Amino acid sequence: MTKILDEPRYVCALGALQTVEAIYKAIPVVHAGPGCTAKVSIGGRSGYLGTQTVPCTNVGETEVVFGGEEKLHDVIENSLKVMDGDIFIVLSGCTTEIVGDDIDNVVGTFKDSEKPVLSVPTAGFKGTNIEGHEWVVDAIIDQYLSKRYFGEKIKGLVNIWGPVPSYDPHWVGNFRELENLIRELGLTPNCIFGEYRGIDNINLVPRAKYNLLVAPWVGLGNVKNLKEKFGTPYLHYPTLPIGAHETSLFLRTVGKEFNVDSNLVEELITRKEKEYYYYIERSCSFFFENRASSKMFSTVASADYALSLSRFFVNDMGLVPSKQYITEGVPEEHYDRIRQYFKEFNYEIEAEVVFSNDGYQIHQQIENDDYAGTPLILGSIYEKKLASKLNGTFLCVSTPYAERVVIHSSYVGYHGGLKLLEDLYTSVFQKFN
Amino acid sequence: MAINVKGSQCETREARLGSITTYSGTLQDIGAQSVCSGCLDEKKRCFSQSSMCNSMCALNQAARINDVAIVHHGPVGCAATAMDVPNTWGLLADTLGKKRDNFGWTCTDMTESDTVFGAVDNLKEVIIETYNRYKPKAIFIGASCVSGVIGEDLEGVLDDLKEQVPVPIAPIHCEGFKSQIWASGFDATFHAILRYIVKPPKKKTNKVNVINFAGGTTWDSRGEVKRLFNALGVEPTFFLASSSVEELEEMSEAVATISTCSTLSSYIGNGLEKEYGVPYIRSLQPHGIVGYEDWARKLAKVLGKEKEAEIFIAQEKEKYQAKIDEVVAKLQGKRAMIAMGPGFGVNYSRILQSFGMKVEHLSVWHFDKQYDDGQLPPALAYQLEYSENDFSFSVNDLQNFEYINILNRLVPDILISRHGGTTVWSHKIGIPALNVFDEYTSFGYQGTLRFAQSVLYAITNKSFTENLAKRVKLPYKEWSLKQPFDAFIK
Ligand code: SF4
Repeated sequence: MTKILDEPRYVCALGALQTVEAIYKAIPVVHAGPGCTAKVSIGGRSGYLGTQTVPCTNVGETEVVFGGEEKLHDVIENSLKVMDGDIFIVLSGCTTEIVGDDIDNVVGTFKDSEKPVLSVPTAGFKGTNIEGHEWVVDAIIDQYLSKRYFGEKIKGLVNIWGPVPSYDPHWVGNFRELENLIRELGLTPNCIFGEYRGIDNINLVPRAKYNLLVAPWVGLGNVKNLKEKFGTPYLHYPTLPIGAHETSLFLRTVGKEFNVDSNLVEELITRKEKEYYYYIERSCSFFFENRASSKMFSTVASADYALSLSRFFVNDMGLVPSKQYITEGVPEEHYDRIRQYFKEFNYEIEAEVVFSNDGYQIHQQIENDDYAGTPLILGSIYEKKLASKLNGTFLCVSTPYAERVVIHSSYVGYHGGLKLLEDLYTSVFQKFN
Repeated sequence: MAINVKGSQCETREARLGSITTYSGTLQDIGAQSVCSGCLDEKKRCFSQSSMCNSMCALNQAARINDVAIVHHGPVGCAATAMDVPNTWGLLADTLGKKRDNFGWTCTDMTESDTVFGAVDNLKEVIIETYNRYKPKAIFIGASCVSGVIGEDLEGVLDDLKEQVPVPIAPIHCEGFKSQIWASGFDATFHAILRYIVKPPKKKTNKVNVINFAGGTTWDSRGEVKRLFNALGVEPTFFLASSSVEELEEMSEAVATISTCSTLSSYIGNGLEKEYGVPYIRSLQPHGIVGYEDWARKLAKVLGKEKEAEIFIAQEKEKYQAKIDEVVAKLQGKRAMIAMGPGFGVNYSRILQSFGMKVEHLSVWHFDKQYDDGQLPPALAYQLEYSENDFSFSVNDLQNFEYINILNRLVPDILISRHGGTTVWSHKIGIPALNVFDEYTSFGYQGTLRFAQSVLYAITNKSFTENLAKRVKLPYKEWSLKQPFDAFIK
């Protein structure tokens, strides 16, 4: 069979350098070609670091012919001198792995340096940036956290995992909102990504009472690893909670699992839902009284958004799902479990799931399907033209999402659901309706 | 080494032109060394930061053409350049009212076993499938580091596909590791175009090939070029952004080739002249008054329209000069640093000096001591003769630590840059920065006025810069910023 990737929607494992950059003052040291960092930095712009400040060996002809170990050694050594960082993570690219550089050996020579230096093989041909994300977290667990004792468990401390930095357009906001929800339950959240979360948060990871993974598949390996290494139990909640239905379910599930007083949980939910429905009540005419609203929808997105948005539109908004396209190259071992998630909507509604990285075929299928009128397409920038061709409604929610500027907003939680509705119906009202 | 259009690949800039990515000295010194062969040696960095690669430059250029497909032979990460296409070149085509329905970008998604066994068979299938899907007018095969390191024979597939794919298939040899100078990627794409797409002329037209980056619509820059050209009795065809294969085929029929960036156009401009006798206008870039006039006059000379050019220029002068003078009066003595590619960088040093500003330092990403005609770049030759001061000069491959180190020491009134991701670091240390992302910023009299105004406004209202600088810091240790910027160059 022809192996063809039409319209790339994810990048290679090296893209995990964005996971490193998401940790405040963590410094990626890239052992790869000169263009790799810039190419795989798909969502990120500047921050404490930016593409151009990331140390990189910029592997050229010399290193391809004679090996790049010496260059790597120099760059790590001088990165430690130049860069103001708390933890250094060496990531390798295709060329250096093909030419056979012994990266672990080079990194090993820095084991006594003042700041920890870890390494993760992220050759592009070995996996995706989403898998690479998981490998980076595992490297932190295996090569750093497991090496010393960080203290006793702290009551009520919960590590939050899930969104993949920069790949999830709303990752920062989503993490912050998950933290807020955990805090509302009277627990203490700990997250290692975004907004000055850095080495101190990493050091707290083994001391947490619980790990909470909010993602359909990525990160499962990490929470299992944490359970094995530190005996921390985990809750795997596959859906990013968007809107009232899911967020209330999320709070109940987390509350029960992490021993929160159920009265407190119910009281919180009642209060939040009341607030949420104040706004929904005021907005009903937007949703149901125009000529352009859709009845059926498809997501063309990474599994987390496909699932979370589907659950929101079915369980909160009363829409009916057409096929849902999952595009981030999910490893096959997760297919069945993910399919099952799409069979658990209200009223026994189910959605067919298509795993594909072939944009052309996805578009053909969407064109051939009947959406009982104008389709709602929640996808990446590649779906914009398709949606307008089908006279549909479009919202850009998945990578590549170049037309959206996301600074700190989130679709998570009660507020996130309202924000999503604002974005969606703004696009409905921008055309004749 | 001269251009060889018949060769399967073009040489890198290092090999062809002796271009370099490391240097520290002054304008006059690099000028003197440029004319002595073997003087400008490449050095090594023992600390380096992420730069760019020629694959980005090459394929991002190719992707601007509306009716081609790109088949990227590499792992998925390399193909990430495709993600930027819909929202840039797709939108540009929409804005210009051009169609892009036949454009496609596919990738062979090379995996670990492909690196062992090779993947030429899959490449062939992907080319056929891509053709069937999009029916493009030409297909570019984009090489990658992986295809290069394992030695895939890209030319080898061409004959096999002749029947199934009835359009030109052109390999672009832009393997990232081959050249430290990403501008080699421009050459790789233009080489593929010259070798596989441009046809011998059937007639002569009154069209001028304009080699530019985007020719965006921010202030109807295409219209501005057209206005001048029409006065000279010719029509511009803009390459490569939103161009078509048909336009590429006819490049050989043009009356001349001119460009907005001499770094970009060296290969195609000289190649068209050598192969088909299309005169290549070797002028300053059309930025600032001196540059614009030189550009217009040199073109007019080839067309025999000197008088018309003078009339046009005089009208522009009449309309804008007084306003420019008014703004420029307020810029006298202001100090600037420039960090850009070499073509634009040297041209902008001239413009800022013409505003009465003092250029304290020029950082260029790479340095061409000559172009494909064997001559010194015109803007450099001009500055060697006319620059009022011998400012300090560095070549640094987008190395952030190096140019920010210099900036941090000089503390000029403004940093002028052109590359995405450069300005924020300047703001962080409290120095206003202006990014001339649009290549037509400072084009002609009107552009020059706007640019002068932008510089003035950036210097006048420093609120954003000060607000940010108070609250964030650079990711560098204090110690390292006190080292010479070239401390890590061996
Ligand atoms: S692998 Fe090579 S061609 Fe691909 S992005 Fe990296 S440097 Fe560029």
